Amino acid sequence: MKYLCLIYGDESAWARMPKGDMGKMNEDYGSFTESIRGSGHYLGGEALQPTTTATTIRARNGAVTTTDGPFAETKEQLGGFYLIEARDLNDAIQVASRIPGARTGSVEVRPILSFS
Amino acid sequence: MVRSDEHGPHSGDSIHEVVDRLYRTDSRRVLATLIRLLGDFDLAEEALQEAFVAAVERWPTDGAPANPVPWLVSAGRFRAIDRLRRESSFDARRDELAREAVSAIESDATDVGEHEFGDDRLRLIFTCCHPALSPEAQVALTLRTVGGLTTEEIARAFLVPAPTLAQRIVRAKTKIRAARIPYEVPSASERPARLDTVLAVLYLIFNEGYSASSGEALTRADVSLEAIRLGRLLVDLLPEPEALGLLALMLLHESRRESRVARDGSLVLLEEQDRTTWNQAQIREGVALAERALVSPSVGPYALQAAIAALHAEAPTAQATDWRQIAALYDVLLEALPTPVVALNRAVAIAMSRGPDEGLAELDALLARGELDAYHLAHAARANLLRRLHRYDESRDAYERALSLTTQATERRFIERRLETLRRDVIGPAPHATPRSARS
Repeated sequence: MKYLCLIYGDESAWARMPKGDMGKMNEDYGSFTESIRGSGHYLGGEALQPTTTATTIRARNGAVTTTDGPFAETKEQLGGFYLIEARDLNDAIQVASRIPGARTGSVEVRPILSFS
Repeated sequence: MVRSDEHGPHSGDSIHEVVDRLYRTDSRRVLATLIRLLGDFDLAEEALQEAFVAAVERWPTDGAPANPVPWLVSAGRFRAIDRLRRESSFDARRDELAREAVSAIESDATDVGEHEFGDDRLRLIFTCCHPALSPEAQVALTLRTVGGLTTEEIARAFLVPAPTLAQRIVRAKTKIRAARIPYEVPSASERPARLDTVLAVLYLIFNEGYSASSGEALTRADVSLEAIRLGRLLVDLLPEPEALGLLALMLLHESRRESRVARDGSLVLLEEQDRTTWNQAQIREGVALAERALVSPSVGPYALQAAIAALHAEAPTAQATDWRQIAALYDVLLEALPTPVVALNRAVAIAMSRGPDEGLAELDALLARGELDAYHLAHAARANLLRRLHRYDESRDAYERALSLTTQATERRFIERRLETLRRDVIGPAPHATPRSARS
């Protein structure tokens, strides 16, 4: 079963982070990604640029409005994601709890809706 | 909870009586195994009903089987698969379930052993108390599927409309299916944290029955007894120290149920309770369980609270209570469970063992941190200590603050009575002798 792990965190803290810590964080992400590739959980994953680069689009009755910023102002912002294959929710929780971002922010685990 | 006996004890049909009795004692066991075999809560509940219908149809001619539980499990399983096959062409999910259930039967031809049944009940408890479900959903689902209470019974006990509660259960089952919450006993590494959730659910159920959060009904014995029954089941299946500790704690609280509310419905303080009404059988059982829990190398919060409750239960009078030991246990408990309420109880225990002035100093330091400022019992405890120190004006202010912070009728009556006693103690029976305006 597929799950999307959405990684939320305070991106301003990320921006303020000293170079050394940043390097450590990247290393942690590198080795985590390697480990879930090895265990067969990994389907995909990316880090996102900060919400200052985000654009929100709405199409209503044929009219498109474009606004800057994310859909909602929140204390924690979506900063990246992993798409994983897991046996069940417990397995997915095990994977998600090892995502480095879970230590400072939070990870939302969402089962993928299957239409088949 | 006592369920009405549909067939009546005088129907003369002994098979019906046997089946009814079996439903009360073993239907949860059958359900727990059917959920594993069929992989779906709703399907298993339908199968459970059909299994009992099959028993009523077949046993009068075939005779009741020597081992009815495995009989009911396989009857439920086969009827469910029959129905899945009939309905599968209309419903893709049922189609998949039918295929899985049939292949499961083909892969394990062996019978389900006693050991498996116990594991299934544990699987059911852990699944109903999965932390991915909301606490309200955990409580509702546990009472419905593990406890076998009806939706209406649970709704009445928790003062929510039945449709709301039914909706809660439906959502929880949907999440179990959609997010694929597995039907399993957590692995050794996950178990301590997961057991904490299970214990929290049972204690929440117990407390709902022990002190209603609002309204007149202070004690709802049925709900508390159900929590104790579930606690016993958990201890049978998984005798972990904290499970023993929680069961001990619930029994020791329950033993005082009679004496903690007066005839007029007002609360009676522990020190003023009639100890002859305390349930000695529950105390003996609770104390024995607490002792078992306390010999474990890592003593947890429930076992410590049970140990404190046991010291109260064993004291012949309020004066003879071993407050020094209780205060020492609160020191350890505060480390294991550093919550403001534990700190409050510790301050009270210190007041009892070392005098009201020391207790008041602890309590004032605690209130200065702000977390307990809106908690009526903190102000009531402070008022009591001030009264004992003959600081009556401050005591009255503290009682009035406590009164302004609770809407629970029984607790309000209790505080109002304390205020009256205080007025009588200080200034005699005329309550207007010192008008409030003259104080400041």
